[in-house]
Amino acid sequence: MENDLILLGHGSGGKLSHQLLDSLIIPALSSTLPAGQNDAALLEVSGARLAFTTDSYVVDPIFFPGGNIGDLAVNGTVNDLAMMGARPLFLSVGLILEEGFSQADLSRILASMRSAADAAGIAIVTGDTKVVPKGKADRIFINTSGIGVLEHGLRIDGAAGRVGDKVIVNGSIGDHGIAVLSAREGLEIDSGIKSDSAALNGLVGELLALGTGLHALRDPTRGGVATTLKEIALQSGVTIMLHEESLPVNAGVRGVCAILGLDPLYVANEGKLLALVAPERAEEALEIMRRHPLGAGAAVIGELVENSAGRVMMETSVGGVRGVEMLAGEQLPRIC
Amino acid sequence: MNFLDQFRDREVVQGLARRIAALTRGRSKPLVFMEVCGTHTMAIYQFGLRSLLPAEVRLISGPGCPVCVTPNGYLDRAVALSRLPGLIIATFGDMLRVPGSSSSLMLERARGADIRVVYSPLDAVRIAADNPGKRVVFLGVGFETTAPTIAGSILTAKARGLGNYFVLASHKTMPQPMAILSADPELSVDGYICPAHVSAIIGANAYRPLCEQYRVPCVVTGFEPADVMQGVEMLVRQAVSGESKVEIQYSRVVRWEGNAKAQSIIAEVFTPIDAHWRGIGVLPGSGLGIAEAYRAFDAQCAIPVAVEELKEHTGCLCGEILKGKISPFDCPLFGKSCTPESPVGACMVSSEGTCAAAYKYS
Repeated sequence: MENDLILLGHGSGGKLSHQLLDSLIIPALSSTLPAGQNDAALLEVSGARLAFTTDSYVVDPIFFPGGNIGDLAVNGTVNDLAMMGARPLFLSVGLILEEGFSQADLSRILASMRSAADAAGIAIVTGDTKVVPKGKADRIFINTSGIGVLEHGLRIDGAAGRVGDKVIVNGSIGDHGIAVLSAREGLEIDSGIKSDSAALNGLVGELLALGTGLHALRDPTRGGVATTLKEIALQSGVTIMLHEESLPVNAGVRGVCAILGLDPLYVANEGKLLALVAPERAEEALEIMRRHPLGAGAAVIGELVENSAGRVMMETSVGGVRGVEMLAGEQLPRIC
Repeated sequence: MNFLDQFRDREVVQGLARRIAALTRGRSKPLVFMEVCGTHTMAIYQFGLRSLLPAEVRLISGPGCPVCVTPNGYLDRAVALSRLPGLIIATFGDMLRVPGSSSSLMLERARGADIRVVYSPLDAVRIAADNPGKRVVFLGVGFETTAPTIAGSILTAKARGLGNYFVLASHKTMPQPMAILSADPELSVDGYICPAHVSAIIGANAYRPLCEQYRVPCVVTGFEPADVMQGVEMLVRQAVSGESKVEIQYSRVVRWEGNAKAQSIIAEVFTPIDAHWRGIGVLPGSGLGIAEAYRAFDAQCAIPVAVEELKEHTGCLCGEILKGKISPFDCPLFGKSCTPESPVGACMVSSEGTCAAAYKYS
């Protein structure tokens, strides 16, 4: 079989994406810095510790229950900075517009970007706009890059998980993916589910009070909770045991997943974080989250049980045990 | 508690597990039950049900994943059709990554073929209505569960006078392969977990000849964890008492006589044909071809195309896995050269495939 072609699965955030990164992109582009596997690069500049990240947004449809491509493009990049424990400072915006796109729609999207940036306390400081002929892009694609500053000396890293750590999520999983999917042409399910798109830097700011008890933060976007936890398990060299009964999943998400044969563990989130917290600080972490508007549904969903090559297991709702793998192939293209 | 939760109740499932263990304790030879349907295979892996069963009960997977038993030649024809100008392939998503002799629909899509994933054949009819200048071919793969809706799509296209809608049919029927497996001296199956939704269409009576001829217990079982465990418990009860009868565990959906309306629409549009099952071979009368009266909608007849020469993948043991003779872990390719990202055999592709389930959940 031919291996030259880029497939949709290469953009899924799952295994194919990792293969493309490891075999082609990182070897070709990485400079003298070691290739990190975190959400943003950590840079030391004149004594300041900075986090720098970029992300492109191609979600389809561009308007969906709970948000649109504009607030997604701000929140997603803010969250990548926040997962390093950084305070987001500056954002760039690159717009790629298709000839014939509506100015009214663009105006709505820009207004959402502005209010999302204001809510997150990040300044949009530079940008660029390109227009391509009709049919050469799909309405609007957005790239944002963000810079944040680390104002603490903590090491918050996917590789810093230790046996005994609790895995905590700040609320229900799978909402974003199902909200977008429900709004897709041809499916149009009235699931009542809204995207959870939100900036998490405020919540992370509160969690920094845990100090060295906070080991890792990661936002489970494409590929969902399963893929993100598998990445962390591999980085930290541990086995993570999840408890299916503890997973917060909305009834609407469960229903749509049951109909379409999807697993909420693999569905994208845009306002959720997974925190690895030392066991003696887990209760405090839960309290911090539950006091915050974005953490009311926080729950401990598992723990790191032993050192290993990097595995994720789950005790199922009926008491069985099974493995949890990364997302393979494409589940839902263009989810963010 | 909603409707689904009742059948995922931990206490109910664990109680069934304890009863199964009590019924089989001390047996020298394990009882071997085959789940015929891919959806059962998935449920068993997804809920970790094997870890709840005693060593005296072994579950093996059978040939009931429609994508997995679809032969390479069918894929090759679909690939050849997708390369024709002005032709749209509409398909359920599972078919995209199945490797044919030298390509797959996913690769053809990356090369520019117009291939669209749909959730219902009626979506394919709508694509045909919206694209009068193009031909739309729906890949009709599945068992009796999908056959009625695909038959319905042909009737709809006919009623709307659509001359550009076609079906490339590769439907299989139950329970013919179960008889072949029962007659196989290398396999000793002590009971069948019979398909749930296929049985809703064909009715539980369909298993009576098989059950009587081979004296093998058959229990039509639902897809939720409590269903599966209760189905296993019913099989165990029959097996330990030396009985062999057809029972319905999934009584909230399945009737003895099945769904007459669905059966009549299948009989109207399709006709029984000999069908090639990957790994098993050609079984007489085990497939559904499009009936003479609806030939205009049959892509195989109506759209001639040159198909590449058939090439089977060497080393792939899908066939043995589909017959339940080996488990995925016994295949030398499993998890090495054959993974969900680059599958060699169809069992690794379909979300209902035994190898895909074993890889994802083990």
